[in-house]
Amino acid sequence: MKESEVPQDRSNIESTNMRELCYATDDKGNYTTALSTGWEPKTIALSNAIEDIKERTEAARQQVINKEVSPIVYFMELSKMDVGILAGYVGMWQWRIKRHFKPAVFAGLSDKVLKKYADAFLITTEQLKNFKG
Amino acid sequence: MTTDFKHHQAAHCENGVASNLLKHNGLNISEPMVFGIGSGLFFVYLPFIKVNHAPAISYRPLPGSIFGKVAKRLGIKIKRQKFSGSASAEKALQDNLNNNIPSGLQVGVYNLTYFPDDYRFHFNAHNLVVYGKEGDNYLISDPVMETVTTLTTEELDRVRFAKGAFAPKGQMYYPTHIPKELDFKKAITKAIKATCRDMLAPVPIVGVRGMRYVAGQIRKWPVKHGVRKANHYLAQIVRMQEEIGTGGGGFRFIYAAFLQEASVILENPQLKELSYEMTGIGDLWRDFAVEAARVYKKRSSKPDVYNMLADMLVDIANKEEVFFKKLRKAI
Repeated sequence: MKESEVPQDRSNIESTNMRELCYATDDKGNYTTALSTGWEPKTIALSNAIEDIKERTEAARQQVINKEVSPIVYFMELSKMDVGILAGYVGMWQWRIKRHFKPAVFAGLSDKVLKKYADAFLITTEQLKNFKG
Repeated sequence: MTTDFKHHQAAHCENGVASNLLKHNGLNISEPMVFGIGSGLFFVYLPFIKVNHAPAISYRPLPGSIFGKVAKRLGIKIKRQKFSGSASAEKALQDNLNNNIPSGLQVGVYNLTYFPDDYRFHFNAHNLVVYGKEGDNYLISDPVMETVTTLTTEELDRVRFAKGAFAPKGQMYYPTHIPKELDFKKAITKAIKATCRDMLAPVPIVGVRGMRYVAGQIRKWPVKHGVRKANHYLAQIVRMQEEIGTGGGGFRFIYAAFLQEASVILENPQLKELSYEMTGIGDLWRDFAVEAARVYKKRSSKPDVYNMLADMLVDIANKEEVFFKKLRKAI
């Protein structure tokens, strides 16, 4: 990549006025560094991931409304987590968390367990308990 | 309280922290040099591990290994500590700052408040340096940022004890001893040999063979998983290759920069030639990203796009195989 070709496209890092460092070559092929505001193919790839998370979150919200799953699933998707990551944060086995995905089981959870989930999602126990979709 | 630490922006967090910490301790070493001596160039495809619901692919070795190898090959001693709880982790950091020791930390990205929201994923192998504390704010030098920043005590604790794959467990590290005489020639030779060995490894999911394997998978994805999932997987490849930290082209440009520096130190003009070749390969990776982006944006008008992408990847793999064989001989 030549120094003059270091992309300066609009991207997701714009919001924080951030620029990233790239390694590029000068006219003679010697390396130097240059700052880039972003590169379109990369932004598209990232947007793809963000879109995917949004869709998953929305699907989970619908499932909560239809009483198919507990709010834990919604907040898990909203926090960009999967069961493995959530298990790390709450310190429970994955199969136990999956059980808590059932609305009937969720309704019977103690405040102590609910608090573990709420802390993992950085919300209050009330927010978790009262989420209706 | 603050230490007299100088922030230098870097492309990749781990090289950046290593380079900045060593510079602070009087050893002037560039980011590409750290990356090269640490054998940072790698390729591995792990289809049985899913990251963000897509197969894991990595252009770098395990977190911590770059700095570890640099230290070993140059005879530098690093102290690494993990902690079982927030209190002991904070105390150890506080003690270091009191003793004027800026410290590297492994952290999770998800709760890094100064990062753009879109970049906050559960990725736990990020690195930064804490170089002081003012009131409740820790002074942070994050090598991928242009300038220094801060995190509150609570925020720093949250990122140090992020959970999931590669959970940092509060990990803190800093150099404790740098020898007076450093044998760069020996370290570079050893490092380049190791990189050639990794990239040419007879393992189907590693190095050039790994790239060919991925190419084969790309051909199968649309049939096996449908176009939607196939595109999601492709996007993941491009993200891992180009995301902040790689310096572009899946680290190929940083490595080419390293080869130029190495050619001066080893007085080996052939390495300079090879550096140009690596730059060319990096450009091919960039082209691959452009084409892949077209595919998942559904902008591509070319027929049979997945096979075309796979062919591009096979071509890159072939060129890299030739390249690393030449590099192995040149050293």
